Amino acid sequence: MAIDIQMPALSPTMEEGTLAKWLVKEGDTVASGDVLAEIETDKATMEVEAVDEGTIGKLVVADGTEGVKVGAVIAQLLEEGESADDLPDASAKPAAKPSDDEKGDTDPGTAGPAHPENENADRDGSEGQAPVGKPVADDPAIPTNIKMVETTVRDALRDAMAEEMRRDETVFVMGEEVAEYQGAYKVTRELLQEFGAKRVVDTPITEYGFAGIGVGAAFGGLKPIVEFMTFNFAMQAIDHIINSAAKTLYMSGGQMRCPIVFRGPNGAASRVGAQHSQDYSAWYAHVPGLKVIAPYDSADAKGLLKAAIRDPNPVVFLEHELIYGESFDVPDMDDFLIPIGKAKIRREGSDVTITAHSRMVKFALEAAEILAGEGIDAEVIDLRTLRPLDTDTVIESVKKTNRIVCAEEGWGQHGVGAEIAAAVVAEAFDYLDAPPARVFQKDVPLPYAANLEAMSLPGTEDVVRAAKAVLYV
Amino acid sequence: MAAKTSKTKTGPSKTRKAKPRPSDKDELLGLYRDMLLIRRFEERAGQLYGMGEIAGFCHLYIGQEAVVTGCKAVMEEGDQMITGYRAHGHSLACGMSPEEVMAELTGRAAGCSKGKGGSMHMFSTENRFYGGHGIVGAQVPIGAGLAFANKYHENGAVSLAFFGDGASNQGQVYEAFNMAKLWDLPVVFIIENNQYAMGTSVERASAETELHKRGISFEIEGHLVDGMNVLEVRDMAKMALDHARSGKGPIILEMKTYRYRGHSMSDPAKYRTRDEVTKTREESDPIEAVKARLLKEKWADEDQLKQIDKEIKDTVKAAADFAVETPEPEPSELWTDVLIEVEA
Repeated sequence: MAIDIQMPALSPTMEEGTLAKWLVKEGDTVASGDVLAEIETDKATMEVEAVDEGTIGKLVVADGTEGVKVGAVIAQLLEEGESADDLPDASAKPAAKPSDDEKGDTDPGTAGPAHPENENADRDGSEGQAPVGKPVADDPAIPTNIKMVETTVRDALRDAMAEEMRRDETVFVMGEEVAEYQGAYKVTRELLQEFGAKRVVDTPITEYGFAGIGVGAAFGGLKPIVEFMTFNFAMQAIDHIINSAAKTLYMSGGQMRCPIVFRGPNGAASRVGAQHSQDYSAWYAHVPGLKVIAPYDSADAKGLLKAAIRDPNPVVFLEHELIYGESFDVPDMDDFLIPIGKAKIRREGSDVTITAHSRMVKFALEAAEILAGEGIDAEVIDLRTLRPLDTDTVIESVKKTNRIVCAEEGWGQHGVGAEIAAAVVAEAFDYLDAPPARVFQKDVPLPYAANLEAMSLPGTEDVVRAAKAVLYV
Repeated sequence: MAAKTSKTKTGPSKTRKAKPRPSDKDELLGLYRDMLLIRRFEERAGQLYGMGEIAGFCHLYIGQEAVVTGCKAVMEEGDQMITGYRAHGHSLACGMSPEEVMAELTGRAAGCSKGKGGSMHMFSTENRFYGGHGIVGAQVPIGAGLAFANKYHENGAVSLAFFGDGASNQGQVYEAFNMAKLWDLPVVFIIENNQYAMGTSVERASAETELHKRGISFEIEGHLVDGMNVLEVRDMAKMALDHARSGKGPIILEMKTYRYRGHSMSDPAKYRTRDEVTKTREESDPIEAVKARLLKEKWADEDQLKQIDKEIKDTVKAAADFAVETPEPEPSELWTDVLIEVEA
């Protein structure tokens, strides 16, 4: 009986990949551990090794095929005494679960293979157009009649860094795997090739140390972009982010400038457990002396990252792994900047205001769509910047809708939603027809088990439920 | 940057001592004045603290004056200095005025940080003094970062990162050592070993008490220096600065020194004997040693030295009077310098 070799999942978020290159041909004998093929995932190019011995009977998927689903049969291996003529038609078989030959993710930030049957897969970023909201009052930052280019969030961030590095010699990027590896999440892809090792600096795994070196470099007149592989690891460096970067301007009576961007993925990834799945939005948004940005779509990711790099202050730039691969329009402009500190109304509505940032915007928009089907007209505000927080836009909206749902991915206690609810109660109390509602992660460390993880994280349904609650329907 | 190939250990070299350079009258008198200014300034600061004019934490540098003075003597234009919370001596050595340092201690608008930093947060970018950092050890990676910027700019400048024996046990110090050597950053790490981290002696806190050896596993050479001898400090600092400036990367100097006063003003002094302090003062005081040399060489007589002392006392008294009389920051200063305003 021939053995099917399937497209392996090579990262927690991978759903499909490109079969870049076969390194064996039909008729080759392979042993366990032999490299069979190179596969390009959303993060990196990786090698697939044989698990079983045998002879390659058939290469089912050709070199260069894109969008091969995880679990699809890519080759068939003949065991002793079998011949290619014995092979059934593989293409008739549905993609099955990934076989055991999937290679462990080499990504230190996101160890462990993914399971496409995971319920989270529905929520995970697939390459393709994601919800952007009903076209509303255009972003004043985007001129009309401008050509739009569909871009992933990942590439938008990369383009922002590349453009700013071309523009300003003092901008450089440092962090773990940013250079030769091409970025643990490919966000710094090809920057090394364009800018060289002086400006794209691989660091050892030593967050506290390189965050401090970054701050010193900023004091010394450079504009560092410090990438954390994820913000979970930035907790080791939070002393430099807060005590050294955020406070020194004040403590020095305005002398010490620290133009630095700390960026990387924040919040839940997929099935990586509690230590790799935390949302730090509220932590950093608490601190004067910092600017804190958490964009959702590609245009905001690009325009705000460019603004962050040019800003003379320390900026914490919170990205989201699960939207890196999603595509959105980005205006095709030479110098596209979005002002820091301005929320964006992503969908206009009159019945209830929903605030969200980062990936929660996606769920808020999906919820608004579902609510619309039930005759409820929701307004969705993407906060975009958490410090300074654009409460004016939120208050104006509540004065119109008289109800608010504050959604965030992180824990509720002392959270972003709590802050917005407090602001609304303080400044628009008389306009409220219901107490503010909040949507947030369950008050537990994020579990690993697929069902428990799904229960912990807030999603579209939670937003729908909260919106109905404030509308008493 | 390319990985280094294995090479002969460059650890603490016993043979590589700086060549002693003879001093002369003008230089030695200058060093004497510089050290005495720090001493008298700190004595006055201690007094103002006792009077309630200075508050919070106040860590005095008395006893350690030769370290920063000897280093500063051989720093070049563009070189930077950064240190921890015991920052008054470094501020003065870098050329900041006694008035602005003392007014910072009293929390006045005329202070170098507009009164918003205090004892531990002196800064003067004009004098290339980068603080003044209150978190033990934080100045070490930041100092390496200044060196990173120097190398990036190819400006030939070296940064000097001062830290104590206590800080030398902080993990981030070794993270910084590793990257500083990996990238051959032009930084001199100066461990001011005053022998007590607050009240814990080096022996009670450090498995390896010879702190100049702390760079061995990073291939950073280290040297033990008599931190009570300003000329030895000067010569070793010159050697270290040349090393860093020539592209050879970081180097460690362990300055064996002693602080006469407590860790801070609220130190109970239960962890060492009065005799120990007295003995060090009598036998190894850095200022007395220079004074003796000046007299021996007949580069100055007692009267001249008394005159210098008087001038310095007057300077410090004027600074103290100023610091007490000059106004507190305007209430509006509460809200400034949180962020740099950006034009919309």
